[in-house]
Amino acid sequence: MAKSIVATGHFTGCFGCHMSLLDIDERILELVELVEFDKSPINDKKEFDRPVDIGIIEGGVSNEENVEVLRAFRANCRILVAIGACALTGGVPAMRNTVPLRECLEEAFVTGPTVVDGMIPNDPELPILLERVHPCRDLVKIDYEIPGCPPSADALWEALSALLEGREPVLSYEQLKYD
Amino acid sequence: MVQEQEALIERIVHDLGPDGTHVMDVARAVSKRFGYIPNSAIPTIARHLQLSPVEVRDMITFYGHLSTDPLGTTVVRLCNAVVENMMGAGEVAAAFERETGIRFGETTSDGEISLRYTACMGLSDQAPSALINDVPFTGIHPELVQEIVRGIRAGLNLTTLPGSGVRHNLKKPGEIIFRRSMEHGAAIDKLLGVSREEALEEIKRSGMRGAGGAGFPAGKKWELCKNASGDKHYVICNADEGEPGTFKDRVLLAYNAHQVFEGMTIAAYVVGATEGIVYLRDEYDYLRGHLERVLEERREKGVLGDTIRSYQKFSFDIRIEVGAGSYVVGEESALIESLEGKRAAPRERPPFPVQRGYLSQPTIVSNVETFTSAAAVIERGAEWFRSFGTDKSPGTKLLSVSGDVQQPGVYEIEYGTTIRTVLHLVGARNAQAVQIGGASGRCLSSGGFERRIAFEDVPTGGSFIVFGPGRDVLEYMRQFIEFFAEESCGWCTPCRVGTTLLSRFMDRLVAGEATRGDLDRAIEMCDTIRNASRCGLGITAPNPLLTSLESMPELYERRLSAESYAPQFDLGAELRAGAAAANRPAPQGM
Ligand SMILES: Cc1cc2nc3c(=O)[nH]c(=O)nc-3n(C[C@H](O)[C@H](O)[C@H](O)COP(=O)(O)O)c2cc1C
Ligand code: SF4
Ligand code: SF4
Repeated sequence: MAKSIVATGHFTGCFGCHMSLLDIDERILELVELVEFDKSPINDKKEFDRPVDIGIIEGGVSNEENVEVLRAFRANCRILVAIGACALTGGVPAMRNTVPLRECLEEAFVTGPTVVDGMIPNDPELPILLERVHPCRDLVKIDYEIPGCPPSADALWEALSALLEGREPVLSYEQLKYD
Repeated sequence: MVQEQEALIERIVHDLGPDGTHVMDVARAVSKRFGYIPNSAIPTIARHLQLSPVEVRDMITFYGHLSTDPLGTTVVRLCNAVVENMMGAGEVAAAFERETGIRFGETTSDGEISLRYTACMGLSDQAPSALINDVPFTGIHPELVQEIVRGIRAGLNLTTLPGSGVRHNLKKPGEIIFRRSMEHGAAIDKLLGVSREEALEEIKRSGMRGAGGAGFPAGKKWELCKNASGDKHYVICNADEGEPGTFKDRVLLAYNAHQVFEGMTIAAYVVGATEGIVYLRDEYDYLRGHLERVLEERREKGVLGDTIRSYQKFSFDIRIEVGAGSYVVGEESALIESLEGKRAAPRERPPFPVQRGYLSQPTIVSNVETFTSAAAVIERGAEWFRSFGTDKSPGTKLLSVSGDVQQPGVYEIEYGTTIRTVLHLVGARNAQAVQIGGASGRCLSSGGFERRIAFEDVPTGGSFIVFGPGRDVLEYMRQFIEFFAEESCGWCTPCRVGTTLLSRFMDRLVAGEATRGDLDRAIEMCDTIRNASRCGLGITAPNPLLTSLESMPELYERRLSAESYAPQFDLGAELRAGAAAANRPAPQGM
């Protein structure tokens, strides 16, 4: 059987969701038998160059670059799975949505108590920030959403192995319970 | 001004006592005198009542009608609830904006007039309505607005302006609640011949259920309270009447307050209370003078106060407390919090108010109508009472009827009456749908009109809103959900965030932008909100969506977008804001 091709993407998140994916421990050996990893921050492959079966994405969308990469994921992945609170709701980064963007930047880079001679960064190399942080589904269709901050390794393993076997993932109560 | 504030606060606290539970009275008095509560008054209030300034601010900022921002000398609060919008509140709002030259939410530059919206004020039978300072205005139409605004500017007495005043639209009195005015003390006289236990038995035998919405058996509630141990017991009458579309308590208090107080007195006798409180919503402040007079009359007649009917062992008195604009405060534990001078956030239960209520003592909180029926039960007996209504819901129910009907007003009907019969009675031909029980109730279409108003079928606190043919029912469901998002106290995340997300979904649905996937997700969200909310507000907030979806799925089918997915994102606008914040040129062509 041909291996499935899997890509992972990271937008505005803390990498905790990727860490949780690595937390599947020795099951990663099983996974390697089943899949071939394509573009991912783990291997640092930058561009899509072939169709991907499953894209797994972490983080919300907060800047120009996130938008571009998320759209590329949608265009190149047959199934797109968003994981974690940031991808599903904007998460912690979306807390800035309650404060106007300019005020946020001024506090962080100009008027904050630890800032000396600050300025709002304006290097053309930097991606422009969006006015608000968005969940991924605001921009593109998402096929599956796995909640959690981060989702547990077991939840991710269940979702991924189900999709690889062509089943609908079913997460048990324990896999969705966080306290 | 600061000295004047200090003097005013000192005087009120001197009259009431330096007790934190009086913070609402003090805040209301300051607000009345200055039109708002200046920030500088907060530490003064706190000092006099031995509270921290944060506690005072927390309480003040919770209520819709208390403001720490300066307001105009005259504040126009136009009601923009569903029925009001059906009856043309939008055009009235536009007329006010035109006449004053400001928008709703603003104050004229001369500080004369502020325009604000407010939730249902219990005047849906004579919509559109507004509260201008303390004076209710009803049946306002755009042509009246010019005269009203001129009158305000000329400093005329508001009660002389066109549109001021309330009609007490009692359309159909029944046998129990509006039968006739009960003789003062008629029920009390029956009572004093029997023991507390016997009186309780009579209430239990009557099978009477609470009229506030949930239909909890009144006898059971009284018994739990009577048996709970405490230093004191309290009887509280819930006259907050905040459910959109209901106004029957207003009419009851205006026409038959004696019987309400008689019922409270009976409850006090049974549970052993000496103090009763009526929690009157701010919007009904104009009834307060009348209620005070009725209370005074009862004291003079010896059916209220010390040694009732010369009965040495029984004294009971009632005081009136007024709220400050909130829906959730109608929830019984929130109401108790408010009476204790706090923000009206519902409590964790258990303990229930009957165990630990006002000041941690056993407390009955019941609806105005429930007390009225209780008085009738004691006067005429449980058997008589049970001859009305159904086996599981004995007695009669007051309905507040509004919307597309010929005869809006209050109707006393027997439990068990079908919706079709009510529609006929009130002159509603070709009704498309009926909203029963207000925003938190349910929306039924013609397929459900044979159903009966009774706790075993369609329960209701009394709101009955008719949507005629041609009305955009989903738009009104959208407004109901927006109302919940607005009124959530914010304690539970599923309610606070969930109602806002539902509200956004309804916006998109009505705009024809929601996809089937969005609807599925909204239904899932409804489940989360219902299951993970602390109080009835969150538990019922999804009802407008769920009940209308059940009774009229075709409305949703027609409104859903054909797309399987629709982005909710405007890249150009998002980037313009981001580029401007960083002083960079906005990228072209995106
Ligand atoms: C959000 C919310 C608002 C409520 N508003 C009212 C109200 O305005 N009047 C009322 O009598 N009950 C209201 N209730 C119900 C009360 O909590 C309580 O059940 C009722 O006053 C009990 O009276 P009863 O036993 O006579 O029905 C409300 C409940 C909730 C959850
Ligand atoms: S969901 Fe939690 S773990 Fe995942 S990226 Fe966001 S903050 Fe990190
Ligand atoms: S359900 Fe809503 S209104 Fe009720 S306590 Fe929770 S947040 Fe407050």
